[in-house]
Amino acid sequence: MPITYTSGEQVEVYRFSIPVTIGVPLLALFVQAFLPLRFPRFAVYIDLPLLVTIFFAMARRSPVAGLFTGAVIGLAQDMLGHNPIGIYGIAKTVVGYGASSLGVKLDVENAGARFLVTLGFYLVHSAVYFTVARGLVNMTQTWSWSRGILAGLANATLGTVLFFLLDKFKQRT
Amino acid sequence: MESVLGRYRNLIILVGVLFLQVLGLATQVKRGGGNDPENTRLIRIWAVGAITPFERALVWGQNGAANLWHNYFYLRGVRAENRQLKDQIEQMRLEQVRLSEDAAQARRLQTLVAFKEQFISRTVAAQVIGSSGSDLSRTIYIDKGENAGIKRDMAVMTADGIVGKVLVVYPSVSQVLLISDQSSGVGALLEKTRLQGVLRGTANGEVVLERVMSDEQVPVGETVLTSGGDQIFPKGLPVGTVSKVGAGKDLFLNIKITPAANLSKLEEVLVLVEKQERQAIAEEGVHVRAADILAQRLPSVPDKPATDAKSTQGATAGATTGVPKPAAPNAAVKPAGAAGTAPSQTPKSPSSPSNASTVPAAGPSGKATDRTSTPQKNAAAAVNGQQSDTSQTPPAKATPKPAEPTAPPANSPPPATESSPQ
Repeated sequence: MPITYTSGEQVEVYRFSIPVTIGVPLLALFVQAFLPLRFPRFAVYIDLPLLVTIFFAMARRSPVAGLFTGAVIGLAQDMLGHNPIGIYGIAKTVVGYGASSLGVKLDVENAGARFLVTLGFYLVHSAVYFTVARGLVNMTQTWSWSRGILAGLANATLGTVLFFLLDKFKQRT
Repeated sequence: MESVLGRYRNLIILVGVLFLQVLGLATQVKRGGGNDPENTRLIRIWAVGAITPFERALVWGQNGAANLWHNYFYLRGVRAENRQLKDQIEQMRLEQVRLSEDAAQARRLQTLVAFKEQFISRTVAAQVIGSSGSDLSRTIYIDKGENAGIKRDMAVMTADGIVGKVLVVYPSVSQVLLISDQSSGVGALLEKTRLQGVLRGTANGEVVLERVMSDEQVPVGETVLTSGGDQIFPKGLPVGTVSKVGAGKDLFLNIKITPAANLSKLEEVLVLVEKQERQAIAEEGVHVRAADILAQRLPSVPDKPATDAKSTQGATAGATTGVPKPAAPNAAVKPAGAAGTAPSQTPKSPSSPSNASTVPAAGPSGKATDRTSTPQKNAAAAVNGQQSDTSQTPPAKATPKPAEPTAPPANSPPPATESSPQ
Protein backbone atom coordinates (compact mmCIF):
# COMPACT_ATOMS: atom_id res chain seq x y z
CA MET A 1 0.00 0.00 0.00
CA PRO A 2 1.64 3.24 -1.08
CA ILE A 3 2.13 6.07 1.35
CA THR A 4 0.82 9.39 0.11
CA TYR A 5 1.50 12.85 1.30
CA THR A 6 -0.45 15.85 0.07
CA SER A 7 -0.35 19.53 0.75
CA GLY A 8 -2.98 22.17 0.36
CA GLU A 9 -1.06 23.85 -2.45
CA GLN A 10 -1.87 23.30 -6.09
CA VAL A 11 1.47 21.76 -6.90
CA GLU A 12 2.43 18.34 -8.08
CA VAL A 13 2.83 16.03 -5.12
CA TYR A 14 4.50 12.67 -5.41
CA ARG A 15 4.24 9.54 -3.40
CA PHE A 16 6.54 6.57 -2.98
CA SER A 17 5.91 2.90 -2.39
CA ILE A 18 6.77 1.42 1.00
CA PRO A 19 9.82 -0.49 -0.26
CA VAL A 20 11.23 2.71 -1.72
CA THR A 21 10.32 4.75 1.36
CA ILE A 22 12.18 2.33 3.63
CA GLY A 23 14.72 0.82 1.25
CA VAL A 24 16.27 3.95 -0.24
CA PRO A 25 17.18 5.59 3.10
CA LEU A 26 18.46 2.24 4.39
CA LEU A 27 20.55 1.78 1.26
CA ALA A 28 21.91 5.30 1.63
CA LEU A 29 22.91 4.59 5.23
CA PHE A 30 24.48 1.30 4.22
CA VAL A 31 26.53 2.83 1.40
CA GLN A 32 27.53 5.72 3.63
CA ALA A 33 28.81 3.29 6.25
CA PHE A 34 30.48 0.88 3.85
CA LEU A 35 32.19 3.00 1.20
CA PRO A 36 34.57 4.83 3.58
CA LEU A 37 36.29 1.49 4.16
CA ARG A 38 37.38 1.47 0.53
CA PHE A 39 37.37 5.21 -0.18
CA PRO A 40 38.38 7.00 3.02
CA ARG A 41 37.59 10.48 1.68
CA PHE A 42 34.00 9.52 0.94
CA ALA A 43 32.78 10.19 4.48
CA VAL A 44 34.53 13.55 4.54
CA TYR A 45 32.83 14.97 1.46
CA ILE A 46 29.66 13.02 0.78
CA ASP A 47 26.53 12.73 2.91
CA LEU A 48 24.18 10.36 1.11
CA PRO A 49 21.50 10.33 3.84
CA LEU A 50 21.29 14.12 3.50
CA LEU A 51 20.77 13.85 -0.26
CA VAL A 52 18.01 11.30 0.27
CA THR A 53 16.38 13.56 2.87
CA ILE A 54 16.40 16.51 0.48
CA PHE A 55 15.00 14.42 -2.36
CA PHE A 56 12.09 12.96 -0.41
CA ALA A 57 11.29 16.27 1.24
CA MET A 58 11.19 18.16 -2.06
CA ALA A 59 9.19 15.47 -3.82
CA ARG A 60 6.55 15.15 -1.14
CA ARG A 61 6.23 18.90 -0.68
CA SER A 62 4.86 18.49 2.82
CA PRO A 63 6.81 20.19 5.61
CA VAL A 64 5.57 17.76 8.24
CA ALA A 65 6.47 14.72 6.13
CA GLY A 66 9.79 16.35 5.28
CA LEU A 67 10.76 17.06 8.87
CA PHE A 68 9.82 13.56 9.99
CA THR A 69 11.75 12.02 7.10
CA GLY A 70 14.78 14.08 8.07
CA ALA A 71 14.42 13.26 11.75
CA VAL A 72 14.20 9.50 11.18
CA ILE A 73 17.12 9.38 8.72
CA GLY A 74 19.23 11.65 10.90
CA LEU A 75 18.58 9.69 14.06
CA ALA A 76 19.44 6.44 12.26
CA GLN A 77 22.69 8.03 11.12
CA ASP A 78 23.42 9.08 14.69
CA MET A 79 22.93 5.53 15.88
CA LEU A 80 25.73 4.24 13.66
CA GLY A 81 28.27 6.60 15.19
CA HIS A 82 29.36 7.00 18.78
CA ASN A 83 28.38 10.61 19.33
CA PRO A 84 25.16 11.42 21.21
CA ILE A 85 21.99 10.55 19.31
CA GLY A 86 20.23 13.62 17.99
CA ILE A 87 22.92 15.78 16.40
CA TYR A 88 22.33 14.55 12.87
CA GLY A 89 18.66 14.18 13.79
CA ILE A 90 18.25 17.88 14.54
CA ALA A 91 20.26 18.97 11.50
CA LYS A 92 18.30 16.77 9.10
CA THR A 93 14.97 17.70 10.66
CA VAL A 94 15.69 21.33 9.84
CA VAL A 95 16.83 20.43 6.32
CA GLY A 96 13.79 18.21 5.71
CA TYR A 97 11.44 20.97 6.81
CA GLY A 98 13.25 23.59 4.77
CA ALA A 99 13.51 21.49 1.62
CA SER A 100 9.85 20.58 1.61
CA SER A 101 8.81 24.17 2.34
CA LEU A 102 10.96 25.32 -0.54
CA GLY A 103 9.61 22.58 -2.78
CA VAL A 104 6.11 23.97 -2.29
CA LYS A 105 7.12 27.39 -3.58
CA LEU A 106 9.78 26.69 -6.19
CA ASP A 107 10.12 24.47 -9.20
CA VAL A 108 12.83 22.10 -8.13
CA GLU A 109 12.55 19.71 -11.02
CA ASN A 110 15.36 21.05 -13.17
CA ALA A 111 19.02 20.27 -12.67
CA GLY A 112 20.20 23.83 -11.99
CA ALA A 113 17.67 24.41 -9.22
CA ARG A 114 18.46 21.05 -7.67
CA PHE A 115 22.18 21.78 -7.71
CA LEU A 116 21.74 25.12 -5.94
CA VAL A 117 19.20 23.81 -3.46
CA THR A 118 21.43 20.88 -2.53
CA LEU A 119 24.47 23.13 -2.15
CA GLY A 120 22.51 25.52 0.06
CA PHE A 121 21.02 22.82 2.23
CA TYR A 122 24.39 21.13 2.67
CA LEU A 123 25.71 24.36 4.14
CA VAL A 124 22.61 24.75 6.33
CA HIS A 125 23.06 21.16 7.53
CA SER A 126 26.74 21.74 8.33
CA ALA A 127 25.95 24.96 10.18
CA VAL A 128 23.22 23.35 12.30
CA TYR A 129 25.41 20.33 13.04
CA PHE A 130 28.33 22.56 14.00
CA THR A 131 26.13 24.68 16.29
CA VAL A 132 24.52 21.73 18.03
CA ALA A 133 27.75 19.75 18.39
CA ARG A 134 29.65 22.67 19.76
CA GLY A 135 26.94 24.44 21.69
CA LEU A 136 24.95 21.59 23.17
CA VAL A 137 27.34 18.64 23.30
CA ASN A 138 30.59 20.58 23.74
CA MET A 139 32.37 18.70 20.99
CA THR A 140 35.55 20.18 19.58
CA GLN A 141 34.65 21.39 16.12
CA THR A 142 36.43 23.57 13.62
CA TRP A 143 34.54 25.37 10.89
CA SER A 144 36.19 25.52 7.50
CA TRP A 145 34.55 27.45 4.69
CA SER A 146 36.77 25.92 2.04
CA ARG A 147 36.02 22.40 3.11
CA GLY A 148 32.31 23.20 3.51
CA ILE A 149 31.99 24.66 0.02
CA LEU A 150 34.05 21.88 -1.54
CA ALA A 151 31.94 19.23 0.13
CA GLY A 152 28.79 21.18 -0.76
CA LEU A 153 29.76 21.22 -4.44
CA ALA A 154 30.55 17.50 -4.34
CA ASN A 155 27.20 16.72 -2.73
CA ALA A 156 25.33 19.01 -5.13
CA THR A 157 26.91 17.33 -8.13
CA LEU A 158 26.19 13.86 -6.85
CA GLY A 159 22.73 14.90 -5.72
CA THR A 160 21.77 16.22 -9.15
CA VAL A 161 22.62 12.87 -10.70
CA LEU A 162 21.08 10.87 -7.87
CA PHE A 163 17.80 12.81 -7.95
CA PHE A 164 17.30 11.97 -11.62
CA LEU A 165 17.78 8.29 -10.78
CA LEU A 166 15.39 8.48 -7.85
CA ASP A 167 12.82 10.26 -10.03
CA LYS A 168 12.09 6.82 -11.51
CA PHE A 169 10.49 5.80 -8.22
CA LYS A 170 8.11 8.74 -8.09
CA GLN A 171 4.42 8.03 -8.36
CA ARG A 172 1.92 10.76 -9.14
CA THR A 173 -0.90 11.16 -6.68
CA MET B 1 -6.97 29.95 18.86
CA GLU B 2 -7.75 27.12 16.47
CA SER B 3 -6.92 29.27 13.48
CA VAL B 4 -3.54 30.15 14.98
CA LEU B 5 -2.74 26.49 15.60
CA GLY B 6 -3.87 25.61 12.11
CA ARG B 7 -1.84 28.36 10.51
CA TYR B 8 1.36 27.54 12.35
CA ARG B 9 0.79 23.80 12.56
CA ASN B 10 3.91 22.88 10.60
CA LEU B 11 6.08 25.25 12.57
CA ILE B 12 4.72 24.00 15.88
CA ILE B 13 5.41 20.39 14.89
CA LEU B 14 8.94 21.36 13.83
CA VAL B 15 9.60 23.06 17.16
CA GLY B 16 8.12 20.08 19.00
CA VAL B 17 10.29 17.55 17.16
CA LEU B 18 13.40 19.68 17.65
CA PHE B 19 12.60 20.15 21.32
CA LEU B 20 12.27 16.41 21.85
CA GLN B 21 15.62 15.78 20.21
CA VAL B 22 17.32 18.50 22.23
CA LEU B 23 15.82 16.98 25.36
CA GLY B 24 17.18 13.58 24.37
CA LEU B 25 20.60 15.08 23.72
CA ALA B 26 20.62 16.83 27.08
CA THR B 27 19.74 13.60 28.84
CA GLN B 28 22.58 11.73 27.14
CA VAL B 29 25.08 14.48 27.92
CA LYS B 30 24.00 14.56 31.54
CA ARG B 31 24.22 10.79 31.93
CA GLY B 32 27.52 9.97 30.38
CA GLY B 33 29.22 13.14 29.25
CA GLY B 34 27.79 12.62 25.79
CA ASN B 35 30.44 10.27 24.54
CA ASP B 36 29.34 7.03 26.13
CA PRO B 37 27.29 5.15 23.58
CA GLU B 38 26.69 2.40 26.10
CA ASN B 39 23.89 4.54 27.60
CA THR B 40 21.94 4.35 24.36
CA ARG B 41 22.88 0.80 23.46
CA LEU B 42 19.29 -0.41 23.17
CA ILE B 43 18.43 2.28 20.65
CA ARG B 44 21.63 1.92 18.64
CA ILE B 45 21.26 -1.81 18.29
CA TRP B 46 18.32 -1.28 15.89
CA ALA B 47 20.37 0.66 13.38
CA VAL B 48 23.36 -1.64 13.80
CA GLY B 49 21.15 -4.69 13.40
CA ALA B 50 19.62 -3.28 10.23
CA ILE B 51 22.86 -2.28 8.52
CA THR B 52 25.60 -4.70 9.60
CA PRO B 53 24.13 -7.94 8.14
CA PHE B 54 24.33 -6.40 4.67
CA GLU B 55 27.84 -5.15 5.31
CA ARG B 56 28.92 -8.54 6.57
CA ALA B 57 27.45 -10.24 3.50
CA LEU B 58 29.09 -7.78 1.14
CA VAL B 59 32.50 -8.13 2.80
CA TRP B 60 32.16 -11.90 2.73
CA GLY B 61 31.32 -11.88 -0.96
CA GLN B 62 34.08 -9.43 -1.73
CA ASN B 63 36.67 -11.51 0.10
CA GLY B 64 35.47 -14.70 -1.56
CA ALA B 65 35.84 -13.18 -5.00
CA ALA B 66 39.25 -11.72 -4.13
CA ASN B 67 40.48 -15.04 -2.75
CA LEU B 68 39.28 -16.89 -5.81
CA TRP B 69 41.15 -14.49 -8.04
CA HIS B 70 44.36 -14.38 -6.03
CA ASN B 71 44.55 -18.05 -5.08
CA TYR B 72 43.50 -19.69 -8.31
CA PHE B 73 43.93 -17.34 -11.21
CA TYR B 74 46.36 -14.56 -10.51
CA LEU B 75 49.54 -16.43 -9.50
CA ARG B 76 52.03 -14.37 -11.46
CA GLY B 77 55.26 -13.73 -9.60
CA VAL B 78 54.53 -16.24 -6.86
CA ARG B 79 57.78 -18.14 -7.41
CA ALA B 80 59.86 -15.01 -7.22
CA GLU B 81 57.98 -13.90 -4.16
CA ASN B 82 58.49 -17.32 -2.58
CA ARG B 83 62.24 -17.07 -3.15
CA GLN B 84 62.31 -13.60 -1.72
CA LEU B 85 60.35 -14.69 1.33
CA LYS B 86 62.72 -17.61 1.93
CA ASP B 87 65.67 -15.24 1.88
CA GLN B 88 63.81 -13.02 4.27
CA ILE B 89 63.19 -15.95 6.61
CA GLU B 90 66.91 -16.72 6.68
CA GLN B 91 67.69 -13.14 7.54
CA MET B 92 65.07 -13.13 10.26
CA ARG B 93 66.39 -16.34 11.75
CA LEU B 94 69.77 -14.76 12.13
CA GLU B 95 68.15 -11.73 13.66
CA GLN B 96 66.21 -13.99 15.99
CA VAL B 97 69.42 -15.43 17.39
CA ARG B 98 70.57 -12.00 18.40
CA LEU B 99 67.21 -10.93 19.77
CA SER B 100 66.70 -14.08 21.81
CA GLU B 101 69.97 -13.42 23.58
CA ASP B 102 68.96 -9.86 24.27
CA ALA B 103 65.56 -11.03 25.51
CA ALA B 104 67.11 -13.60 27.81
CA GLN B 105 69.36 -10.98 29.25
CA ALA B 106 66.44 -8.58 29.70
CA ARG B 107 64.47 -11.29 31.51
CA ARG B 108 67.35 -11.89 33.86
CA LEU B 109 67.57 -8.22 34.66
CA GLN B 110 63.80 -7.95 35.08
CA THR B 111 63.89 -10.83 37.53
CA LEU B 112 66.39 -8.95 39.60
CA VAL B 113 64.07 -6.01 40.06
CA ALA B 114 60.88 -8.11 40.32
CA PHE B 115 59.54 -6.36 37.26
CA LYS B 116 55.98 -7.17 36.25
CA GLU B 117 54.99 -6.92 32.65
CA GLN B 118 51.83 -7.37 30.64
CA PHE B 119 51.93 -10.05 27.99
CA ILE B 120 49.49 -10.56 25.16
CA SER B 121 48.18 -14.04 25.72
CA ARG B 122 45.22 -14.31 23.35
CA THR B 123 43.89 -12.33 20.41
CA VAL B 124 40.85 -12.75 18.19
CA ALA B 125 41.09 -11.87 14.51
CA ALA B 126 38.16 -9.89 13.16
CA GLN B 127 37.10 -8.49 9.83
CA VAL B 128 36.24 -4.81 9.46
CA ILE B 129 32.75 -4.66 7.97
CA GLY B 130 31.70 -1.04 8.27
CA SER B 131 32.21 2.42 9.62
CA SER B 132 30.08 5.13 11.17
CA GLY B 133 29.94 6.86 7.81
CA SER B 134 30.80 10.21 9.36
CA ASP B 135 34.12 11.97 9.64
CA LEU B 136 32.99 13.31 13.01
CA SER B 137 32.72 9.86 14.52
CA ARG B 138 35.77 7.82 13.64
CA THR B 139 34.58 4.36 14.49
CA ILE B 140 34.54 1.06 12.66
CA TYR B 141 32.49 -2.10 13.03
CA ILE B 142 34.07 -5.53 13.26
CA ASP B 143 32.38 -8.86 12.71
CA LYS B 144 33.06 -10.24 16.19
CA GLY B 145 31.10 -9.46 19.31
CA GLU B 146 30.06 -10.89 22.65
CA ASN B 147 29.78 -14.36 21.17
CA ALA B 148 33.51 -14.31 20.39
CA GLY B 149 34.44 -13.21 23.90
CA ILE B 150 34.94 -9.55 23.08
CA LYS B 151 34.32 -7.05 25.83
CA ARG B 152 34.33 -3.31 26.16
CA ASP B 153 37.67 -1.47 26.33
CA MET B 154 39.67 -4.26 24.76
CA ALA B 155 42.62 -3.15 22.65
CA VAL B 156 42.38 -3.48 18.87
CA MET B 157 45.46 -3.58 16.68
CA THR B 158 47.02 -4.83 13.49
CA ALA B 159 50.45 -6.28 12.90
CA ASP B 160 51.65 -2.75 12.13
CA GLY B 161 50.37 -1.00 15.22
CA ILE B 162 47.46 -0.12 17.43
CA VAL B 163 44.08 0.78 15.95
CA GLY B 164 41.79 1.65 18.82
CA LYS B 165 39.63 0.16 21.53
CA VAL B 166 36.30 -1.63 21.66
CA LEU B 167 33.57 0.88 22.46
CA VAL B 168 30.27 -0.98 22.25
CA VAL B 169 29.78 -4.73 22.05
CA TYR B 170 26.75 -6.31 20.41
CA PRO B 171 26.14 -10.06 20.15
CA SER B 172 27.91 -10.54 16.84
CA VAL B 173 29.32 -7.11 16.06
CA SER B 174 31.47 -4.61 17.94
CA GLN B 175 32.09 -0.92 17.48
CA VAL B 176 35.72 0.16 17.70
CA LEU B 177 36.80 3.71 18.48
CA LEU B 178 39.84 4.60 16.37
CA ILE B 179 42.82 6.40 17.87
CA SER B 180 42.21 9.21 15.38
CA ASP B 181 38.86 10.10 16.95
CA GLN B 182 38.92 13.22 19.06
CA SER B 183 37.39 11.47 22.06
CA SER B 184 40.08 8.78 22.18
CA GLY B 185 43.14 8.86 24.42
CA VAL B 186 46.09 6.49 24.59
CA GLY B 187 49.12 6.57 26.87
CA ALA B 188 52.20 6.77 24.68
CA LEU B 189 55.94 7.26 24.93
CA LEU B 190 58.72 8.09 22.53
CA GLU B 191 61.02 5.15 21.92
CA LYS B 192 64.42 6.80 22.26
CA THR B 193 63.84 9.84 24.43
CA ARG B 194 61.35 7.93 26.64
CA LEU B 195 59.16 11.01 26.94
CA GLN B 196 55.60 10.20 27.86
CA GLY B 197 52.45 11.84 26.56
CA VAL B 198 48.83 11.29 25.68
CA LEU B 199 47.86 10.34 22.15
CA ARG B 200 44.69 12.03 20.93
CA GLY B 201 42.76 12.40 17.71
CA THR B 202 41.73 15.75 16.31
CA ALA B 203 38.58 16.95 14.60
CA ASN B 204 40.41 16.60 11.26
CA GLY B 205 41.27 12.98 11.91
CA GLU B 206 44.92 13.59 12.69
CA VAL B 207 46.72 11.96 15.60
CA VAL B 208 48.71 14.15 17.98
CA LEU B 209 50.84 13.50 21.04
CA GLU B 210 49.93 15.88 23.84
CA ARG B 211 51.45 16.73 27.21
CA VAL B 212 55.08 16.80 26.14
CA MET B 213 56.80 19.89 27.50
CA SER B 214 58.01 22.43 24.98
CA ASP B 215 61.57 22.43 26.31
CA GLU B 216 62.04 18.79 25.26
CA GLN B 217 63.73 17.80 22.03
CA VAL B 218 61.59 15.51 19.91
CA PRO B 219 63.13 14.49 16.59
CA VAL B 220 60.95 13.97 13.55
CA GLY B 221 60.81 10.31 12.60
CA GLU B 222 61.06 8.97 16.14
CA THR B 223 58.95 5.94 16.88
CA VAL B 224 56.05 6.21 19.31
CA LEU B 225 55.05 3.23 21.45
CA THR B 226 52.27 2.57 23.90
CA SER B 227 53.24 3.29 27.48
CA GLY B 228 50.74 0.96 29.11
CA GLY B 229 49.51 3.74 31.36
CA ASP B 230 45.96 3.60 30.04
CA GLN B 231 45.50 -0.01 31.22
CA ILE B 232 44.12 -0.90 27.79
CA PHE B 233 47.16 -1.29 25.57
CA PRO B 234 50.13 -3.30 26.85
CA LYS B 235 53.39 -1.42 26.94
CA GLY B 236 55.59 -1.35 23.86
CA LEU B 237 53.11 -1.74 21.02
CA PRO B 238 53.94 0.41 18.00
CA VAL B 239 51.76 3.48 17.61
CA GLY B 240 53.42 5.44 14.82
CA THR B 241 56.17 7.89 14.03
CA VAL B 242 56.58 11.59 14.71
CA SER B 243 55.82 13.46 11.51
CA LYS B 244 55.83 17.09 12.66
CA VAL B 245 56.79 18.95 15.80
CA GLY B 246 55.61 22.46 16.54
CA ALA B 247 54.79 24.79 19.38
CA GLY B 248 51.51 24.03 21.06
CA LYS B 249 49.37 25.54 23.77
CA ASP B 250 50.34 26.07 27.40
CA LEU B 251 54.03 25.19 27.28
CA PHE B 252 53.39 21.91 25.51
CA LEU B 253 54.59 20.74 22.14
CA ASN B 254 52.23 19.98 19.30
CA ILE B 255 53.51 16.65 17.97
CA LYS B 256 51.80 15.14 14.97
CA ILE B 257 51.98 11.40 14.62
CA THR B 258 51.63 9.25 11.54
CA PRO B 259 49.92 6.09 12.78
CA ALA B 260 51.77 2.84 12.12
CA ALA B 261 48.54 1.12 11.17
CA ASN B 262 46.76 2.46 8.12
CA LEU B 263 43.57 3.60 9.83
CA SER B 264 41.85 4.63 6.64
CA LYS B 265 42.15 1.21 5.00
CA LEU B 266 41.61 -1.38 7.66
CA GLU B 267 40.50 -4.82 6.61
CA GLU B 268 41.47 -7.22 9.38
CA VAL B 269 42.28 -6.42 12.97
CA LEU B 270 43.25 -8.29 16.11
CA VAL B 271 41.32 -7.82 19.32
CA LEU B 272 43.36 -8.39 22.44
CA VAL B 273 40.96 -10.50 24.48
CA GLU B 274 43.37 -11.72 27.12
CA LYS B 275 46.50 -10.27 28.60
CA GLN B 276 48.50 -11.51 31.54
CA GLU B 277 50.50 -9.58 34.02
CA ARG B 278 53.34 -11.72 35.20
CA GLN B 279 56.84 -11.40 36.43
CA ALA B 280 59.61 -12.20 34.02
CA ILE B 281 61.21 -15.59 34.67
CA ALA B 282 64.84 -16.02 33.80
CA GLU B 283 66.11 -19.32 32.47
CA GLU B 284 67.19 -21.51 35.32
CA GLY B 285 70.83 -22.31 35.68
CA VAL B 286 72.05 -19.36 33.71
CA HIS B 287 73.95 -17.01 35.95
CA VAL B 288 76.03 -14.63 33.97
CA ARG B 289 78.08 -12.07 35.75
CA ALA B 290 77.95 -8.45 34.75
CA ALA B 291 81.58 -8.71 33.67
CA ASP B 292 80.69 -11.60 31.40
CA ILE B 293 77.83 -9.66 29.88
CA LEU B 294 80.12 -6.75 29.31
CA ALA B 295 82.73 -9.01 27.80
CA GLN B 296 80.17 -10.34 25.36
CA ARG B 297 79.80 -6.86 24.01
CA LEU B 298 83.52 -6.48 23.39
CA PRO B 299 85.04 -7.52 20.05
CA SER B 300 86.75 -10.88 20.16
CA VAL B 301 90.24 -11.70 18.95
CA PRO B 302 90.37 -14.17 16.07
CA ASP B 303 91.69 -17.68 16.66
CA LYS B 304 95.22 -18.60 15.85
CA PRO B 305 95.86 -21.12 13.10
CA ALA B 306 96.03 -24.79 14.01
CA THR B 307 99.80 -24.83 14.00
CA ASP B 308 99.83 -22.30 16.80
CA ALA B 309 97.45 -24.42 18.74
CA LYS B 310 99.65 -27.46 18.27
CA SER B 311 102.70 -25.57 19.46
CA THR B 312 101.00 -24.79 22.71
CA GLN B 313 100.09 -28.38 23.43
CA GLY B 314 101.16 -29.58 26.77
CA ALA B 315 101.03 -26.25 28.37
CA THR B 316 98.86 -25.85 31.40
CA ALA B 317 95.34 -25.32 30.19
CA GLY B 318 96.86 -25.14 26.81
CA ALA B 319 93.72 -24.23 25.09
CA THR B 320 93.08 -21.44 27.49
CA THR B 321 96.39 -19.87 26.70
CA GLY B 322 96.95 -21.22 23.22
CA VAL B 323 93.71 -19.99 21.79
CA PRO B 324 93.66 -16.27 21.98
CA LYS B 325 89.93 -16.05 21.66
CA PRO B 326 88.08 -15.54 24.93
CA ALA B 327 86.85 -18.84 26.17
CA ALA B 328 83.29 -19.82 26.82
CA PRO B 329 82.87 -20.13 30.55
CA ASN B 330 81.05 -23.41 30.40
CA ALA B 331 83.75 -25.00 28.33
CA ALA B 332 86.56 -23.70 30.48
CA VAL B 333 85.44 -25.55 33.58
CA LYS B 334 84.68 -28.85 31.96
CA PRO B 335 87.00 -31.68 32.79
CA ALA B 336 88.71 -33.41 29.93
CA GLY B 337 86.39 -36.34 29.98
CA ALA B 338 83.33 -34.24 30.03
CA ALA B 339 84.63 -32.07 27.28
CA GLY B 340 85.39 -35.10 25.25
CA THR B 341 81.80 -36.17 25.37
CA ALA B 342 80.50 -32.87 24.22
CA PRO B 343 80.68 -33.60 20.51
CA SER B 344 78.51 -36.62 20.92
CA GLN B 345 75.91 -34.56 22.73
CA THR B 346 75.59 -32.22 19.83
CA PRO B 347 75.81 -34.28 16.70
CA LYS B 348 77.92 -32.65 14.08
CA SER B 349 77.07 -32.41 10.49
CA PRO B 350 79.94 -33.02 8.13
CA SER B 351 78.76 -30.23 5.96
CA SER B 352 78.83 -27.73 8.76
CA PRO B 353 81.78 -25.44 8.26
CA SER B 354 81.97 -24.63 11.92
CA ASN B 355 82.30 -28.22 12.97
CA ALA B 356 84.78 -29.03 10.24
CA SER B 357 86.91 -26.11 11.18
CA THR B 358 87.07 -26.92 14.85
CA VAL B 359 88.66 -30.34 14.43
CA PRO B 360 92.21 -29.10 13.81
CA ALA B 361 92.13 -26.90 16.86
CA ALA B 362 91.42 -29.81 19.17
CA GLY B 363 94.02 -30.49 21.75
CA PRO B 364 94.69 -33.86 23.28
CA SER B 365 92.18 -33.32 25.99
CA GLY B 366 89.57 -32.10 23.60
CA LYS B 367 89.19 -28.83 25.41
CA ALA B 368 90.12 -26.69 22.48
CA THR B 369 87.62 -28.41 20.29
CA ASP B 370 84.90 -27.88 22.76
CA ARG B 371 85.74 -24.31 23.40
CA THR B 372 85.96 -23.20 19.84
CA SER B 373 83.03 -25.16 18.56
CA THR B 374 80.48 -24.34 21.23
CA PRO B 375 79.50 -20.85 20.14
CA GLN B 376 79.15 -21.87 16.57
CA LYS B 377 77.11 -24.90 17.42
CA ASN B 378 74.87 -22.74 19.53
CA ALA B 379 74.39 -20.26 16.78
CA ALA B 380 73.77 -22.97 14.23
CA ALA B 381 71.36 -24.71 16.53
CA ALA B 382 69.53 -21.51 17.18
CA VAL B 383 69.34 -20.76 13.49
CA ASN B 384 67.87 -24.19 12.93
CA GLY B 385 65.36 -23.61 15.65
CA GLN B 386 67.01 -25.96 18.16
CA GLN B 387 67.76 -25.16 21.73
CA SER B 388 71.37 -24.85 22.55
CA ASP B 389 72.55 -27.44 25.03
CA THR B 390 75.03 -25.01 26.50
CA SER B 391 72.31 -22.69 27.61
CA GLN B 392 71.60 -25.11 30.43
CA THR B 393 75.21 -25.30 31.48
CA PRO B 394 76.30 -23.14 34.36
CA PRO B 395 79.01 -20.68 33.51
CA ALA B 396 82.56 -20.95 34.65
CA LYS B 397 83.48 -19.92 38.11
CA ALA B 398 87.19 -20.38 37.83
CA THR B 399 88.03 -18.76 34.57
CA PRO B 400 89.04 -15.15 34.84
CA LYS B 401 88.65 -14.69 31.12
CA PRO B 402 85.70 -12.93 29.61
CA ALA B 403 83.01 -15.21 28.38
CA GLU B 404 82.35 -15.91 24.79
CA PRO B 405 78.79 -15.24 23.77
CA THR B 406 76.79 -18.41 23.37
CA ALA B 407 75.08 -16.90 20.39
CA PRO B 408 77.00 -14.15 18.65
CA PRO B 409 75.17 -11.25 17.09
CA ALA B 410 73.89 -12.09 13.67
CA ASN B 411 75.63 -9.22 12.04
CA SER B 412 78.96 -9.85 13.70
CA PRO B 413 81.70 -11.58 11.70
CA PRO B 414 81.88 -15.35 12.14
CA PRO B 415 84.48 -16.74 14.52
CA ALA B 416 87.89 -17.07 13.01
CA THR B 417 88.11 -20.82 13.38
CA GLU B 418 87.29 -21.32 9.72
CA SER B 419 90.89 -20.59 8.73
CA SER B 420 92.42 -23.72 10.19
CA PRO B 421 92.60 -26.45 7.58
CA GLN B 422 94.24 -29.72 8.43
